[in-house]
Amino acid sequence: MPTVTNQQVEARVIETLASFGPDASQITRDATFEELDIDSLDLVELAQVVEDEYGVVLKGEDMKELKTVGDAIDLIAERAS
Amino acid sequence: MKRRVVITGLGAVTPLGVGAAPLHERWAAGACGIVDGAGACKEFEPADHLSVKEARRLDRFSQLALVASAEALAHAGWESELPYDPLRIGCVIATGIGGIETVETQHDVMRDKGPRSVSPLGIPQYMPNAGAAAVAMKHGLKGQMYGVVSACSGGAHAIGSALRMIQYGDADAAVAGGAEATLTPFSFACFNSMQALSPTGFSRPFDARRDGFVMGEGAGVLVLEEESAARERGATILGEVAGYGSTSDAFHLTAPEPTGGPASRAIELALADAGVTAEDVSYVNAHGTSTQLNDAAETAALKRALGEARAKQIPVSSTKSAIGHLLGAAGAVEAVETLQVLATRVIPPTLGYEVPDPELDLDYVPGEARPLVAPNGGPPLAISNSFAFGGHNVSLVLRGAPE
Repeated sequence: MPTVTNQQVEARVIETLASFGPDASQITRDATFEELDIDSLDLVELAQVVEDEYGVVLKGEDMKELKTVGDAIDLIAERAS
Repeated sequence: MKRRVVITGLGAVTPLGVGAAPLHERWAAGACGIVDGAGACKEFEPADHLSVKEARRLDRFSQLALVASAEALAHAGWESELPYDPLRIGCVIATGIGGIETVETQHDVMRDKGPRSVSPLGIPQYMPNAGAAAVAMKHGLKGQMYGVVSACSGGAHAIGSALRMIQYGDADAAVAGGAEATLTPFSFACFNSMQALSPTGFSRPFDARRDGFVMGEGAGVLVLEEESAARERGATILGEVAGYGSTSDAFHLTAPEPTGGPASRAIELALADAGVTAEDVSYVNAHGTSTQLNDAAETAALKRALGEARAKQIPVSSTKSAIGHLLGAAGAVEAVETLQVLATRVIPPTLGYEVPDPELDLDYVPGEARPLVAPNGGPPLAISNSFAFGGHNVSLVLRGAPE
């Protein structure tokens, strides 16, 4: 599998989260899921996208630790490389 | 003494438009919302009413419920603040089928991409209680909240359940109604296979040429409040849910009991519950599906319950002639419409009724709308009937506001 860059993951995560409702401009690395009104159901959908795209399987316990958009990007990028 | 339950808000999304008023005004003017054999809510654009999150998390039936509810709550003056303790406000929203569009879509996903790709929103979107949950969550209603499942009488059962909830004292107010969105390939296939749908695509209840129902979609919602509480807060009282009666045919999976006996009992129970007689009734909003069996059985039931002579004097029209059959939403939308008939004193006609069936000899309001005449000039009373596959019979007696 070709190397996935952090920027690629960031772009994909932000695009996916934006499709769930929050305004794209609010979705920064520091934004918390709570602020963005992103809940556990949204995170399961995000995990499905990530699995499709990068073959990275994120489980419930992985997701529970995630507080910010940056946390999610870092975890996915780390697993994908 | 029973607590009285008044109606303070109405909301609807139907094939005749978004809002309760367009339904009544357009139907009374002779407009029909059925196109190509289906009653679709073509004027309903989810993005006009719902956030991205709401729209993508709700099946279409729940979206329709949410929009009709928002209208009803605003109509009741509940928009900025709930007038009662949220724990004392109930919410009952029926559906006949639930989120079938979600089921079909997610089943395709499973077949094409495998079970791991099925959306986590699948169940919360298609569960039949999703409409009630969405409405309660949106408005912070924290009393009893549930869906009602009784096919095409669900909307009427929801109103009856909410009525009893308030009468019993479990709630001081309730949001009640029904929603349906089944204009999907699978639903058409199922109803077509059982030969329930009109092959000609005409909804002409009680007409000799009637050949099946036309499926529609939409939602209807009413805000109900205990009368003294509503008066105390200065609410505009639109009318009253005066009586409710419900029985079961215990006869056949889909066919109505042909003598109309059990259905007539539901009507009699509703009249008795309201403490009125057939002489007090000015209008019947029929279930009137445009199937051979329903329209004959309903006519028989009305004659049994009201007496043959009196039944022939009361105008009977079917909203389904203008919007088709909204299944689990039908009873609620038709209650909304019946209340508007009582409020405006205008009875819309049974559209498409041109060739009388010699067996069906009531006054089905052919041609044009006509004025409603209340006996003795008092607040008029109307019956709204709902019957369903499975043998459910529901009759509501609604009272209009004094002039």
